[in-house]
Amino acid sequence: MSLVEIEKLRLSIGDTPILNGVDLTVDKGEILGLVGESGSGKSMTALTLMRLLPQASETTGRVIFDGRDILAANEDEMCRLRGDEVGMVFQEPMTALNPVHPIGRQVAEGIRWHTGSNRADAENAARRMLDRVGLPESRFPLTRYPHELSGGQRQRVVIAIACALNPKLLIADEPTTALDVVLQKQILDLLKDLVDERGMGLLLISHDLAVVTEMADRVAIMRRGEILETGETTRTLSEQVHPYTRQLAQASMHVPQRTEKGARPRTRASSPLLSVEGVTRDYSGRRTGFLSRERPFRAVDHVSFEMGRGQSVALVGRSGCGKSTLARMILALDAPTSGDIKLKGETVIGRGEAELRPLRRDMQVVFQDPYGSFNPRHTVERLVAEPLHLLDEKPSPADRRERVAAALREVGLAPADMAKYPHEFSGGQRQRLSIARALITRPALIVADEPVSALDVSIRAQILDLFAELNSRLGVAYLFITHDLTVARAITDDVMVMHEGSIVESGRTADVLDNPRSEAARALVEAAPDLHRAMARRLVQSG
Amino acid sequence: MIAFLLRRAGIGLLTLVLASIVVFSVMEILPGDPARLMLGMNATPEAVESLRNQMGLNQPVPIRYLDWIGGLLVGDFGRSYTYSSPVIDLIAERASVSLPLALISLALSTAIAIPVGLFAASRRGRVSDTLSMGAAQVGVAIPNFWFALILVYVFAVWLRLLPAGGFPGWGGGIWPGVRALVLPSVALALPQAAILARVTRSALLEVLGEDYIRTARAKGMPRRIVLWRHALRNAMIPVLTIMGLQFAFLLAGTIIIENVFYLPGLGRLIFQAITQRDLIVVEGVVILLVATIVLINILVDVAYAIVDPRLRAR
Repeated sequence: MSLVEIEKLRLSIGDTPILNGVDLTVDKGEILGLVGESGSGKSMTALTLMRLLPQASETTGRVIFDGRDILAANEDEMCRLRGDEVGMVFQEPMTALNPVHPIGRQVAEGIRWHTGSNRADAENAARRMLDRVGLPESRFPLTRYPHELSGGQRQRVVIAIACALNPKLLIADEPTTALDVVLQKQILDLLKDLVDERGMGLLLISHDLAVVTEMADRVAIMRRGEILETGETTRTLSEQVHPYTRQLAQASMHVPQRTEKGARPRTRASSPLLSVEGVTRDYSGRRTGFLSRERPFRAVDHVSFEMGRGQSVALVGRSGCGKSTLARMILALDAPTSGDIKLKGETVIGRGEAELRPLRRDMQVVFQDPYGSFNPRHTVERLVAEPLHLLDEKPSPADRRERVAAALREVGLAPADMAKYPHEFSGGQRQRLSIARALITRPALIVADEPVSALDVSIRAQILDLFAELNSRLGVAYLFITHDLTVARAITDDVMVMHEGSIVESGRTADVLDNPRSEAARALVEAAPDLHRAMARRLVQSG
Repeated sequence: MIAFLLRRAGIGLLTLVLASIVVFSVMEILPGDPARLMLGMNATPEAVESLRNQMGLNQPVPIRYLDWIGGLLVGDFGRSYTYSSPVIDLIAERASVSLPLALISLALSTAIAIPVGLFAASRRGRVSDTLSMGAAQVGVAIPNFWFALILVYVFAVWLRLLPAGGFPGWGGGIWPGVRALVLPSVALALPQAAILARVTRSALLEVLGEDYIRTARAKGMPRRIVLWRHALRNAMIPVLTIMGLQFAFLLAGTIIIENVFYLPGLGRLIFQAITQRDLIVVEGVVILLVATIVLINILVDVAYAIVDPRLRAR
């Protein structure tokens, strides 16, 4: 008998059907990868197992955990089960811990509740568990608060909470999606070791086929509340029997067609589009006393580089390496402590907003989160037309609509969409809107900060295609800021690797990523999940 | 924590200095000559002039400001023109009514509001939530003097349990004084409690949607414990803010209730002083209230830091 047996599970919240007959099993000690795009019902399947569904949820079907009927259990029985026999790790480590309680108490709380042990024993157990997940007491005392830890460290605390009582089943819902690739590898390794060592079953939910291929014994592909296919991981992903499985696999390995790929001449000889010269940015340290402060923190340290017209450059690095700070300075949203930044030969430093306007026309930005970067109360016309205030002459209403329509067509949307509001668009369409907004002033440079990392793989492939096409058609140059090497590889000519505020390596994208020379670049490349490599490795392992 | 307190105290002191300048300036600008008011309309200009000299009113403004401040520092708030007694004594006498009244009201409103807020939040959307929030809505809407009259009718006139008004002073022991303050503090506390309960409920509901609440539930903690241990403390920041504002109001904004119950409190003192142009009393009461509110704000800031470790570093 399997540890988890889900049969014909249906779930609706209010009148909206979420799950339409899910069948799934997880065996003891097995890692099952549950893969699907956002909204496919992966998380809701997990929350059904925990019975932590939102109000107004209705379930039918059978969910059996270790011989017990979960759907029929009452709240007291579920409280005994949760945290003791089933542990759960969530996606967002920054918000998963209670900010007002120290980490030791948060780990010990569940132990005390379930075992009835006294405070000292529970704290000892918590201490051992935190030590096991890589937070030894010597450096991370139990009295630390969550805000004193980094994202990766907080995720380790969440894992300690989930595994503290050796559950039979661990559910990990996108446990590494919010982390950079190096941390992702560390956390996945930790999960795998814990599962092996304690014989836990693991239900690993992910949108990332490469991650699942590295980790899972079996994989289940989910779409629109249904399981389309389940099977042994390598076989399922190599045979790709179901068309949707093939579509997912292809989308996650997608490389856009780029005309003159790599052949675009680097315009070193003529004047560069963007030149960054010895830029440094210090942040003043935290106040430690009435007059004393910590030493200033150097986020960006003497960075210099040049970009030519139409060139597509990736700036890669781990989270906190200073890449977004650098981008903000290039966009003149933040001033460097020292150094100079020139766009088309003109400095962007120390200018007032009025003087910056002609320069701002030439550089636009696309942000990561297509949900957060639009005012929900404005129409698309108004949102996309926003940068037009940078023009010297205010366009007439007709001209304005003309330009918005052209920009929308440019990104594959219909001009009629301009009367709609942002909530009427999907995530991918909204990212098209942000690209349209960036294009409307015909900039020479677009800075894109993680522009596809919030998108599903198939949407991501389309957006990458769009970026590639606009680059070849309009000759717009890109500075892509990303921690995702697949993105860098797909659409950039050159790459710069940033580490602790400095650029430690740069060169042609393929050369650097195939033969990284610096320590930082090597760490990134090794940790990056890659479906090809993962498949090859699994195939070798299984003979 | 020490540095935090020092910095807060420094900011508080600066606020006080600025406030004292504003208070003094406003009093200078207001029409009305205290000397003439004291002597009456029929006084000769010579008599007014000599009284002005005697009171130091003819000295330059900065000197008089410094005199006033110097006096405040040693507890000399000057003499009231109309009561002919030291302002500090007047304030002390009135504060012995207003301070206990405010404290009892605040305690009462907190004791009602937080349990009601918790109850309503834990039953969001159910009938009991709707009913308790409906009651709170009525509590906010009812004018407190009207509610006070009902209280007097029920508990003083009809049941004869409590006095209908007046204040016996603390000379005859604590009990008679407290008895006199029961009805006024209930009348004051109820609308405050209604507001505070709504704030508590909405703060809790916001916190209950946070990820860490789900983490706590995934640990196996029952809803009740999650509500008390994980949600309440995180919801305290807005509740503390409102409590601080309410206490400031309860100290001096209670003139209507003081009139209904015929209590000799600070609100009535300041009202009478204003109508009688007893500016020196007004100045003294206002500056003391400013000091109290600055102190309350420091206490609220300290309470924030106790509740939320993230605020301790700032």
